[in-house]
Amino acid sequence: MSWRTGKIVALRDETSTARTIALVVPDWPGHVAGQHIDIRLTAPDGYSAVRSYSIASPPTSDQRIEITVERLENGEVSPYLTQEVAIGDELELRGPTGGWFVWHVDQTEPIQLIAGGSGIVPLMAMIRSRLASHSNARFRLLYSVREPAAAFYKDELHAISNQGDCVILTYAFTRITPKDWPRAPGRIDAELVSESVWPSHLAPTCYVCGPTSFVEHANELLIAAGINRERIRTERFGSTGERK
Amino acid sequence: MSIISRGFSGRRSADGAKLPPGQHLTSDFPVLSAGPTPSISHDRWEFTIDDGSNVLQRWDWNSFRNLPTETITADLHCVTRWSKLGTPWEGVSLDTLLANVKTDLPFAMFRSYGDYTTNLPLKDVVNKQAWIAFKYDGSDLAPEHGGPARLLVPHLYLWKSAKWVKGVTLMPHDKPGFWEGLGYHMYGDPWREQRYSEE
Amino acid sequence: MNANISYLDGNAAAGELSRIFTVDLTAAEGQCANCGAKRRFADAHLYVDCPGLVARCAMCDHVLLRLVNTAERTFLDLRGMTYLNLSTKQLTLLQDPSL
Repeated sequence: MSWRTGKIVALRDETSTARTIALVVPDWPGHVAGQHIDIRLTAPDGYSAVRSYSIASPPTSDQRIEITVERLENGEVSPYLTQEVAIGDELELRGPTGGWFVWHVDQTEPIQLIAGGSGIVPLMAMIRSRLASHSNARFRLLYSVREPAAAFYKDELHAISNQGDCVILTYAFTRITPKDWPRAPGRIDAELVSESVWPSHLAPTCYVCGPTSFVEHANELLIAAGINRERIRTERFGSTGERK
Repeated sequence: MSIISRGFSGRRSADGAKLPPGQHLTSDFPVLSAGPTPSISHDRWEFTIDDGSNVLQRWDWNSFRNLPTETITADLHCVTRWSKLGTPWEGVSLDTLLANVKTDLPFAMFRSYGDYTTNLPLKDVVNKQAWIAFKYDGSDLAPEHGGPARLLVPHLYLWKSAKWVKGVTLMPHDKPGFWEGLGYHMYGDPWREQRYSEE
Repeated sequence: MNANISYLDGNAAAGELSRIFTVDLTAAEGQCANCGAKRRFADAHLYVDCPGLVARCAMCDHVLLRLVNTAERTFLDLRGMTYLNLSTKQLTLLQDPSL
């Protein structure tokens, strides 16, 4: 798989630290929800850095894809992508990559999505893919995030969860909750899982994405809830949230 | 041919310091690891010198910490192209550890807790060129940087400064360690840019 | 399971491995040559912050795969896996998103 060049055609802030970048990539071969791209940045002296970013947009027959990048405090690439790039800039990318952490429109079983922080990105691609297709698969999303202001795609998820029950959304806030929130701030736990996750007898396929420590924790909770290990697919970002 | 990313320079300091070819100065201290950080308590830790058949010397943490120590200021050059200058360490010189070892075996394989190994000529770890370091910047060496103790051989690329070191095996012939066996240079002199075995 | 969580997983190796394999390996099941555990390669613990890429068995931490890119060559060590087992059907679906 070789490097191609995409041109930035749109930029959209999702939160105060995260931005969606839309790219047009000539000869884009198409992708499946859950896949990612590798982006390579090169300084004038030849120094280069490569990072992976999940594709946020659903499968498409046109050449436009979107990624959502969260700016990490000590990041090397994310500050550049969230603050420096401009419409018209070109980015080198490789992909789409990944064959396991994907959701195909012909999957009919119930789907459980569990996102930690920026782990929402590939799961959003799956939700968008589901809604753009003829699939009747039922989705549940458990989205764990520090505080409401840190959540990506808030308005879109709000609209989706009001449109019937094809995607049932549960938020978990770890540091700051909205006013009158029924649950105290904290990590996801067994109680929340039993309230919001598909019961194991329905044999859901689960997709868990986020920082490594979040994924390990969520994984353990799912197994303790009786979900078969073979039905759990995971994708770990670095402990800082950045995948290299 | 990569395209140049407008306005990108990475996390590097612009500094006029003289560096080995292909290196860039960094302001932080990256943690690079080929595996999980071992968790070794002081009462389990030991450092041994063997010749492949016999253990020639062994220290536990207490006897190791009773040895004379030195402070070292070292420039670090990682093969992944970052360099960090003037880093402050405290450690026991390999000269001290080898003082009572009589050997004509010319090569050494340093072994770490976990499965990491790295090979060096024995003459590159004597004569004030190498230490078993247990303090960084005045504090106990953190596990992610190789604590309780790591090898420090500043004149070679940093992959030779094995973290979580537990011993050294003296050898008659040079044999490749963990990275040397998979494309990295057997010796690794940053000033001659000896990164890879094809060099 | 160790408390140190500085690893990623096999998904993060997909781009690198795609330079060598035309087949996506993340969905492949691999058997650890050390402990015999059979797992998706996507679940392997991946260490990328080092002079190469190292994938370790999630059960026993033994090295499954190592990859090094030098200036001119790529070195690949697969000794840590007794086999990789892939679904060819899944491959086809990935290559043609209209299916």
